[in-house]
Amino acid sequence: MEEVFRLWVYLSRTPLLWLTATLVAYAAADWISARLRRTPLANPVLLAVVILVLLLAATGTEYRVYFDGAQFVHFMLGPATVALAVPLVREARQIRRLLLPVIAALLGGSITSAVTAVAVGWLLGADPATLASLAPKSVTTPIAMSIAQSIGGIPALTAVCVILTGIIGAVFLSPLMRAIGVSDEAAQGFAAGVAAHGIGTARAFQIGELAGTFAGLGLALNGIATSILVPLLARLLR
Amino acid sequence: MLLALTALLGFQLIGESLATLTGGMIPGPVIGFTLLAAVLAALPDLRRAVEPTANALLRHLALLFVPAAVGVVQQLPRLRAEGLAIGVALVVSTAAALAAGAICFRAVAKRIER
Repeated sequence: MEEVFRLWVYLSRTPLLWLTATLVAYAAADWISARLRRTPLANPVLLAVVILVLLLAATGTEYRVYFDGAQFVHFMLGPATVALAVPLVREARQIRRLLLPVIAALLGGSITSAVTAVAVGWLLGADPATLASLAPKSVTTPIAMSIAQSIGGIPALTAVCVILTGIIGAVFLSPLMRAIGVSDEAAQGFAAGVAAHGIGTARAFQIGELAGTFAGLGLALNGIATSILVPLLARLLR
Repeated sequence: MLLALTALLGFQLIGESLATLTGGMIPGPVIGFTLLAAVLAALPDLRRAVEPTANALLRHLALLFVPAAVGVVQQLPRLRAEGLAIGVALVVSTAAALAAGAICFRAVAKRIER
């Protein structure tokens, strides 16, 4: 018993434990999602988070300790955002042909996301710091957190809102597109990238390569659009 | 693999540096992404070298969000107090943004096709 305790003390001090736990939880979540034929409700991020939160609670581990290990995975978000340049260049011809629809959808999706999030939150009595944390929630985590910081939001709360937005977007994508009668892969993918960043993009890649590429483009362009629009909106409301 | 990782990290580094120098108006990874796209468009050989690593990274994009998402445990008090407002705002705004994006895209695409 004492050996087990000593092993635990050792493991809980190295990044190895929670880094590995993150990969194992995600692999398990991905396997479950594949077994359920990729039904959007069995979202791999959602499942992995549930597994890890239960694990942290069961072992009495603080988030700070967990993140010390998991930060290596988190760090890769930056290079992954840069890597989206590859499908962008590969599909450059397609994208150039659809440049005007892309610009229209970028403005439409980006403005709708920030304005409706803040308006609904305000109507339901959320406080100003919460509203500022909600506004940039459609863009990828590192970008959204830095926007939230600059307009008086709470970056950690924004990170949670960003992830939930991604999961909601991934779950809603196919049923919503059926409901409004949009079957065009480029349109679906681009909307997913603008509204639901990387998690929406991951879902779009499941629909098809073209949807995924346009989602990556939407994610990147909305990173730019939101970092200009949201601070502007914040200044107007102040 | 080595060249690809170096290119991805290098362009992120350039992007973050430019973002810091310009006061952070445009996020670093987005600047890195834009610059890398311009360079890859000019150098097809480099694109072929970066492609496998980039694809591997993008195939598991969802994994990279997990550590930040587990941070939900730290926000439980605020979520308990304002969970309804936050939840409804997220669901409504995400659905609205998806619909708005797709509808704008199709509306303009239809005009071009004509």
